[in-house]
Amino acid sequence: MKSHVIVFPGSNCDRDVAVAIKNISGHQPQMVWHKETSINQSDLVVVPGGFSYGDYLRCGAMASTSPIMQDVAKKAKEGVPVLGICNGFQILIESGLLDGALMRNSSLSFICRDILIKAINQNSVFTKNTNVAKMPIAHNEGNFFVTSEQLKKIQDNDQIAFQYCDENGNVSEDSNPNGSLENIAGILNENKNVLGMMPHPERAAEMAHGCEDGKTIFESVLN
Amino acid sequence: MLAKIYITLKKDVLDPQGSVIANSLRSLGFNNIEDVRQGKFIEVKLNTENKETANKQLKEMCEKLLANLVIEDYKVEID
Repeated sequence: MKSHVIVFPGSNCDRDVAVAIKNISGHQPQMVWHKETSINQSDLVVVPGGFSYGDYLRCGAMASTSPIMQDVAKKAKEGVPVLGICNGFQILIESGLLDGALMRNSSLSFICRDILIKAINQNSVFTKNTNVAKMPIAHNEGNFFVTSEQLKKIQDNDQIAFQYCDENGNVSEDSNPNGSLENIAGILNENKNVLGMMPHPERAAEMAHGCEDGKTIFESVLN
Repeated sequence: MLAKIYITLKKDVLDPQGSVIANSLRSLGFNNIEDVRQGKFIEVKLNTENKETANKQLKEMCEKLLANLVIEDYKVEID
């Protein structure tokens, strides 16, 4: 089991992800500085959350041009599981590995609280053990948008990983924290080996966090 | 050569910041505000005098990095 966590200037969830991976799999992931140009053989690459490059231009836009991202794209193409969390999701979108855009929250406020999500595609390498799960979000730009053609494509191809929902698993407008189209909280690429999600599973990965619903995502991809 | 790049949200994309700015302007007494859209303005200095090459490069810059074509449109002006 070999996993890698990419570190950009401004990443701040990289070590939380590393702790979650170590606790869940028993293996220490390798931290990879964004200036590196290649990753060794890997079973999981995580692009963590934070504020890479201070969110200059658009969140994730600068990081998407970092040298390491070419190899992340290559790994993604080869079928290696790639997980982008929060700013990592924004970076994967800006890199063209996932569809859509993440715009400013409709409330124009930074939102930091627990939310509930429901796994829509329950067959992917990341989501096969998840149904309804509680975990925190902490973002200013998580308002997911795609064109109507792209939305149809991701729906038809079962690429919606998670939608924001209520405690009964109902996907409703009231349970949408940030204005995301169709309550989308996370999406997969066409081959389902790349997942981008705004909620933070690494911050709900042990009981000390108050909730460990996020563990299932790491467990399913690490085991 | 100086290029001016204007990046704006596409017409059908909601602009909550623009709406808030519009309301603030109204509260200052500007009663004839119909709509406000917020965007970005970027200046790029190029060391070429060839407009054709510059236009081609600037288009590429906008499409590769400066604008997100899912939600934004761009316009390039060269002085």
